Amino acid sequence: MRLLPIVPALTLLVMLGPVVAGLWGTVRAAFGHLPGAGLTGPNLDAFRALGDWPGLPRAVMLSVTTGFGTTLIALALVVLLVAGWSGTRAFAALERLLSPLLSVPHAAAAFGLAFLIAPSGWIARLISPGLTGWDQPPDWLIVNDPLGLALMAGLVAKEVPFLLLMTLAALAQADTRRAGAVAAALGYGRTTGWLKTVFPRVYAQIRLPVYVVLAYGMSVVDVALILGPGTPPPLSVQIVRWMGEPDFSARLLASAAALLQLGLVVGALVAWRLGEIAVAHLGLRWIASGHRGVRDAAVRGAALAGAGVAALSILLGLAVLAVWSVAGFWGFPDALPEGFTLRTWMRQGDDVLAAVGETALIAGVVTAAALVLTIGCLEAEVRHGRRLTQRGLWLLYLPLLVPQTAFLPGLQGLLLGVGADVGRAPVMLAHLVFVLPYVFLSLADPFRAWDARNGAVAAALGAGPDGVLWRVRLPMLLRPVLTAAAVGLSVSVGQYLATLLIGGGHVATLTTEAVALSSGGDRKAIAVFGLMQTGAALIPFALALMIPALVWRNRRGLQHG
Amino acid sequence: MVKGLTLDRIAITKGGVPLVALDRHIAPGQVLTVMGPSGVGKSTLLSVVTGTLPNAFACTGRVLLDGRDITRLPPHDRRVGILFQDDLLFPHLSVGANLMFGLAPGGDRAARRARVAQALEEVDLAGFADRDPATLSGGQKARVALMRMLLADPCTLLLDEAFGRLDTVLRAQVREMVFARARARALPVLMVTHDAADAEAAGGDVVTLGN
Repeated sequence: MRLLPIVPALTLLVMLGPVVAGLWGTVRAAFGHLPGAGLTGPNLDAFRALGDWPGLPRAVMLSVTTGFGTTLIALALVVLLVAGWSGTRAFAALERLLSPLLSVPHAAAAFGLAFLIAPSGWIARLISPGLTGWDQPPDWLIVNDPLGLALMAGLVAKEVPFLLLMTLAALAQADTRRAGAVAAALGYGRTTGWLKTVFPRVYAQIRLPVYVVLAYGMSVVDVALILGPGTPPPLSVQIVRWMGEPDFSARLLASAAALLQLGLVVGALVAWRLGEIAVAHLGLRWIASGHRGVRDAAVRGAALAGAGVAALSILLGLAVLAVWSVAGFWGFPDALPEGFTLRTWMRQGDDVLAAVGETALIAGVVTAAALVLTIGCLEAEVRHGRRLTQRGLWLLYLPLLVPQTAFLPGLQGLLLGVGADVGRAPVMLAHLVFVLPYVFLSLADPFRAWDARNGAVAAALGAGPDGVLWRVRLPMLLRPVLTAAAVGLSVSVGQYLATLLIGGGHVATLTTEAVALSSGGDRKAIAVFGLMQTGAALIPFALALMIPALVWRNRRGLQHG
Repeated sequence: MVKGLTLDRIAITKGGVPLVALDRHIAPGQVLTVMGPSGVGKSTLLSVVTGTLPNAFACTGRVLLDGRDITRLPPHDRRVGILFQDDLLFPHLSVGANLMFGLAPGGDRAARRARVAQALEEVDLAGFADRDPATLSGGQKARVALMRMLLADPCTLLLDEAFGRLDTVLRAQVREMVFARARARALPVLMVTHDAADAEAAGGDVVTLGN
């Protein structure tokens, strides 16, 4: 425990070091400097080549529309849902679905959605030929549509649960019930009253998560590969394509595009911030106008319907994956396959097991490291009084705000440059960058909310600081610690780009294998990998609920904590 | 050597503003009651003695326990016992394991278990060792919390509104029990309360803060 005082610094280094180093590598390569390949700069060749790429305007446009579209729709759905429904039974039902929905990996949710809404998807099969008269799937581009609408839909479905969780956490800190009662007594409709009294306080708390959604939507790769348009693809996908080409000049091109991507995200965040100021201004005028809200009921209904569709699309998506994974022959437009068989599972068995092993090893090591660092930071806070400031919170969010496509290519280049072997260990370090913030955010509140008088009593009984931590604090916090572990595992399981780029294509996890299958169109194999990926993320959450219930089955005081 | 708890010119400030000042000696078996409205710094005074003063506060003066200067010692080396308003029994441990946690190390398992059984018997809770603390009544929890503290063999006992959560009848019983045990072990007691009945029952000196 003598190392404890340096743990916060070490954590920051582990979390931000790769981001900073990767950005540096990207900048160097973008300006033509790639010593590992014998290229020296600086020059502007890569930017010139990027400017000459005919797909650039559309690719940039797609990044921007996807990012803003996803964030606006998801935020509006969540805000209106909470405004109109919090405290009702419908809301409680959605709340119970939250953890499972959150833990479904993005790629699996995207596959599920694609299998639902494609012209040959489940929805078309269910209504054909009866309603449509189709004997053949129509030649429509629903998935991979050129406007990226399917991509946006897939992202919204996954970001709604995330923003909802963050909003619920923020609500717990604001005195919302009484504010709502006061607004109602003054004659305000439920949604309008909530928007005018509670929303400003809540938004201040969920601002950083909203920024994360915006940055993520602009730079996502795996969901875009599955649901997004192909030619030209969003900028992030094109970056990864260039990175995959054997030619080194393509790598420089990718780095230039990565810098552009970073600039786009920074610009979008600034624009969003300006939008916040404008909305706040308009909101004050709206509040001053005294309107009580007339169309509340319609807005309420629409919000619930929207959130319901988002939740259903993920759940039904998993269901259709399950059906495909055991389907025999399944012709269009049959609603169900002619027969069920385990043949696909047998055929993919060895590959799946190997990928499960790799996924579990990486996720396990990374999560363990993240937990040790997080608990070390939080305990250093207790013993040395170093509290995370607002600026520290920004640092925590930084790895989630800097687009992955901006720093991972540079990091790969640097690793190659110093002769570090691409492979499992560097992949673990790269995963840690994304796992640490989520584990920290998940554990920090319960850790700090723990009644410190328990520690005072334990110390009065003669327990030293380590004894208090190991014998009292951590056992009492078993449930939040395991939940944080589950969050970490699911984040690691879902990592695509970090695994692909830093692993140099040699590290095959469930996620990289599943996404790699997407271009082949073998629905049965995709279904098997998508389900396994979901299971790998979901089972830890189930264990995080079950283990404390088992361990503390005779301890009533801990059963609801 | 002077037996007892000495607060030697203790002065607590917050951001340079004086909060509490006290200069008293509590002899073994005696009770000093500190009264005053909430927010006046009563619990802060106790945290100076336990060694858990929050960073926002500063304190001058010395705390002596049986002649030993404990002002700079870490909390777990001070041998200062404390009871809070809540029982704060560790919810993950059984009643017996809570007492084992308190019992000073040493002795084999059988001997330690016997000590715990004896302690439970002393407060009419024989056979409760395997119980979940959450299933106990308020009065039973208070008794377990007291015995857990005493098994750690403290040299003084602090009471931080320790009877505040109990109803009037139970309150008198628990209070009598705590004072009796403290007297039997010749412990100096520093009690913080805002209930005049507590002060009366204690029978010692009363200091009123905040006036």
